[in-house]
Amino acid sequence: MVSPLDRKLLRDLWRMKLQTSAIGLVIAVGVLLLVMMGGLVNSLEQTRQAYYDRYRLADVFAPVKRAPDHLLTRLSEIPGVAAVEGRVVGGALVDIEDQTVPVRAQAVSLPAFGEPRLNAVYLAEGRRLDPRHMDEILLLQGFADAHDLEPGDSISATIHGARHTFRIAGLAQAPEFLYSTAPGELAPDDARFAVIWMNEEALAAALDLDGAFNEALISLERGAQAPAIIDAADRILMRYGGTGAYGLVDQISNRFITEEISGLRVSSRSVPPVFMGVAAFLLYIVISRMIEAERTQIGLLKAFGYTSTEIGWHYLKFILLVSITGALLGCALGVLSGQALSGVYRQYYKFPFLLFRVDPGSFMTAILVSVASASAGGFLVLRKIFALAPAVAMRPPAPADYSGSARLVAALKRYLDQPTRMIVRRVARQPMRAFASTIGIAVGMGLAVAMLGVLGGFDKAVSLGFNVIDRSDATVTFVEPLGEKTLFELKRLDGVIEVEPFRSVSVVFRNGVKTHRGALSGSVSPAELNRAMSEDVEQVYARKDGVILSDPLARKLAIQPGDEVTVEVREGRRPVLSLPVTGTFRSLLGAPAYYEIGALNDALNEPQRVSGAYLRIDAANETEVYEAIKNMPAVAGITLKADARQSLERMMNEGAGATRYYMAIIAAIITFGIVYNSARIAYAERAHDLASLRVLGFTKGEAAYVLLGELGLITLAALPIGALIGIGLAGAIAAGFSTDLYTIPADVGPDSIGNGAMAVIIAAIIAGWLVKRDVDRLELVSALKSRE
Amino acid sequence: MKGSREAERTGTAFRVQQLTRVYGEGPAAVHALRGVDLKVPAGDLVVLLGASGSGKSTLLNILGGLDRATAGTAHFFDQELTAMADVALTRYRRHHVGFVFQFYNLMPSLTARENVDLVTEIADDPLPADEALSLVGLDHRQDHFPSELSGGEQQRVAIARAVAKRPTVLFCDEPTGALDSTTGRQVLRVLQDVNANLGTTVMIVTHAAATAAMAHRVIEMADGAVRNVTVNETRLSAEEIEW
Ligand SMILES: Nc1ncnc2c1ncn2[C@@H]1O[C@H](COP(=O)(O)OP(=O)(O)OP(=O)(O)O)[C@@H](O)[C@H]1O
Ligand SMILES: [Mg+2]
Repeated sequence: MVSPLDRKLLRDLWRMKLQTSAIGLVIAVGVLLLVMMGGLVNSLEQTRQAYYDRYRLADVFAPVKRAPDHLLTRLSEIPGVAAVEGRVVGGALVDIEDQTVPVRAQAVSLPAFGEPRLNAVYLAEGRRLDPRHMDEILLLQGFADAHDLEPGDSISATIHGARHTFRIAGLAQAPEFLYSTAPGELAPDDARFAVIWMNEEALAAALDLDGAFNEALISLERGAQAPAIIDAADRILMRYGGTGAYGLVDQISNRFITEEISGLRVSSRSVPPVFMGVAAFLLYIVISRMIEAERTQIGLLKAFGYTSTEIGWHYLKFILLVSITGALLGCALGVLSGQALSGVYRQYYKFPFLLFRVDPGSFMTAILVSVASASAGGFLVLRKIFALAPAVAMRPPAPADYSGSARLVAALKRYLDQPTRMIVRRVARQPMRAFASTIGIAVGMGLAVAMLGVLGGFDKAVSLGFNVIDRSDATVTFVEPLGEKTLFELKRLDGVIEVEPFRSVSVVFRNGVKTHRGALSGSVSPAELNRAMSEDVEQVYARKDGVILSDPLARKLAIQPGDEVTVEVREGRRPVLSLPVTGTFRSLLGAPAYYEIGALNDALNEPQRVSGAYLRIDAANETEVYEAIKNMPAVAGITLKADARQSLERMMNEGAGATRYYMAIIAAIITFGIVYNSARIAYAERAHDLASLRVLGFTKGEAAYVLLGELGLITLAALPIGALIGIGLAGAIAAGFSTDLYTIPADVGPDSIGNGAMAVIIAAIIAGWLVKRDVDRLELVSALKSRE
Repeated sequence: MKGSREAERTGTAFRVQQLTRVYGEGPAAVHALRGVDLKVPAGDLVVLLGASGSGKSTLLNILGGLDRATAGTAHFFDQELTAMADVALTRYRRHHVGFVFQFYNLMPSLTARENVDLVTEIADDPLPADEALSLVGLDHRQDHFPSELSGGEQQRVAIARAVAKRPTVLFCDEPTGALDSTTGRQVLRVLQDVNANLGTTVMIVTHAAATAAMAHRVIEMADGAVRNVTVNETRLSAEEIEW
């Protein structure tokens, strides 16, 4: 038989169903995020590892200009090296009908017979290359899908200035291309980046590399140290134009996914506790008000001989039911959304398989965490139960003591009508309670404002990047640094309005033991088409007398203006330069370093070289310009700003960036939960008063005013606090998500605050309306009869 | 304490000596009881009379184990209530005491029957809930919630709840205070029956002096002390009481 106390419990739960479901939902969302993000971290890490292992991804990549094959034996003799593979890689441009400009591609060789020792590929469709047909290729699956290409189709591509037609034998993916962007771009775009795997002999012939390789792949024995082997490989390859070997940590695809995983891990540890905290707070308020309202009942139970522990257990069960139900719901939803999201991730990062698997222990953790945090709120309340004297039950209900607020109200008396005075009295009588509700609502609003601020920051960065910083229409990059003659050729084209050259050199910055692998940008000064900008939208001018570092870079290297930075150039003759640092600036995006192009070329002893150029193009002659550029043999690729912008925006909105919308919705739910809870509790406490007012002849509207006025007052007070919390939180979120590659700008502007406030006000109106409905339906007789 | 049920129907249920209760301290202190001396034989139906503020509720609360005395002693049979720790007081209430309050104090979220079960649940040898309810003539309203019952009916449920655990003593603080004369008489009838049939010692606080006529013993309080104790030679039945 269900004991009568348990029945009371169930009926209380039912009576407060909306309120308890709101709290349960907050817990569920917290658990959902915990399970989902934890599971994703788990799945991504395990899948990545399995993928890397199964397809033998190299630990060290050593690019070189041209090295004879027999060097591979020497590389394999380096102590600690497990396996070595030499291959040929190169840039290619793929002609695609539906694309204005040719698509950049990476051509990678595969041995004619058998599997490569390292960096194998996963064949998703079709068959392997047939060594008898030199024109067969495997094509990156995502690219093929984006253009509806299938095995058996043909594509044409330009490699090293010569045009080739290839037959697609199969579609493939590879662990080294999990995250694939066109060089120089931030966002991946399936349609605009391709990988072509082809017969080694054929590619070597196309690139003039017969009997040689231009990239060595090295795997390490267990326990071997990558830096030592990188050094050894560099020494061997130096004479052949080695541009510096690097480890897997610096491999671009691996770096992106590593950052994604660590970002997820940070969020999975920092976001759910916010929800648990909010839920604990809400439960604390609900239970403490419930106990307040049930003082006599508790006294009565004590009078009957129930012990404090038994009564406390009764209320604790309430908390447990709500939190466990919420946690279980969250687990279920977490698995569902984790599965859905791993589908998105699988698409986004090119995994051939991605099984969403939650570590069973994390379900336990999730449930324990929610129960513990919910009970933390409850335990604070239990004290009240223990302190309550049973004699309370014997006394008639004491009228609430409003004497404290008498003076305040007396002062305001002349200005306030009776119902308004009631509102002020209530708030003044229990200021801590009003304060708690205010803070609760403010936290909800702060979450919303912060999310909107981060969203706004992204949008601002994107729009700044594409409207203010980059005013060109297209960027052309050359296969290798060229003389300025090419610039004149570009300028001569009909429809090209402006040409601005740039030089980009891949380097390792060094200050003592601190290093950063990146690029040094040589730009004209003052730049017109692609202007470096600081965070507060001030143009940053490249200087002849030294380099200017972005803040994150300067911080990573621990360098200040006036110091010297060592720049190990990784191209050409690979000089090691020591350059003065003339300034730092807060960058909007990434960790760039600038130097005046002429000064850079002088330092490299390669006068008048350019890596590419920014172009402004007359829209009327667009097609002709692109056609002409496509046929220039030195061009490695051309990126249209419009395309790049589109891919970045798509990434922000569809990919991992979409979580932000998710968060904004969740913040709205929390805010509503808190607002509704406050309104609901105020109503429960005052049903009796309201009924009395109605009996005295007050209208429903007036009665509701007394109730909702309080809610309004609290909501208004919460708005400025919410704005402050939002600003702080946005900064924290931005800092948490920022990485080497991305600086996430937080921009809590008036619009984010306005929208956050709007959300709170709408939530308050809906909550108020729901409660007002109850006021209207209030049954006078039963409200007066019940002493709750 | 258990097992001595029969013994608890005879002898002196309460022996009170110089019982004092002071609320607050210093100049603001209120002396609710100023040295009460009293004996209540087991099995008596006692009526407590006195002006408002004379300390009736305070005395009842202390005897019922709800409140603590400031000084003096109170014995329940051979046990000293005033010396008991909280745990012992809870046990005392759990096994020996029934309460009926002026404002019924039913759990609004439980039906009549469930309100009674609330007590039988933790009692050793309770009356079945339906039996307790039929004792107060409400067996047909078992499944109604308090909000669906009249004031008198609610009070009868409260009495059923109090007697269901077969308490040794039943304390009633103005049980008829909120009731009209007819309903009030019904409630008193039930109390009288419980006293007569179950041998429960019943103490009733009331402002209706006429109620005194149905008591074995009438205690008048004034200013925190017992002014007068009368033992009735003849008693009226509840129905005969003038209201
Ligand atoms: N919690 C308390 N704090 C301070 N004074 C109290 C408290 N409870 C009772 N008193 C005071 O103790 C005195 C006795 O109160 P008690 O409730 O026992 O009176 P009563 O005889 O039951 O009166 P009534 O017939 O009005 O119920 C009164 O003066 C009352 O004001
Ligand atoms: Mg009283």
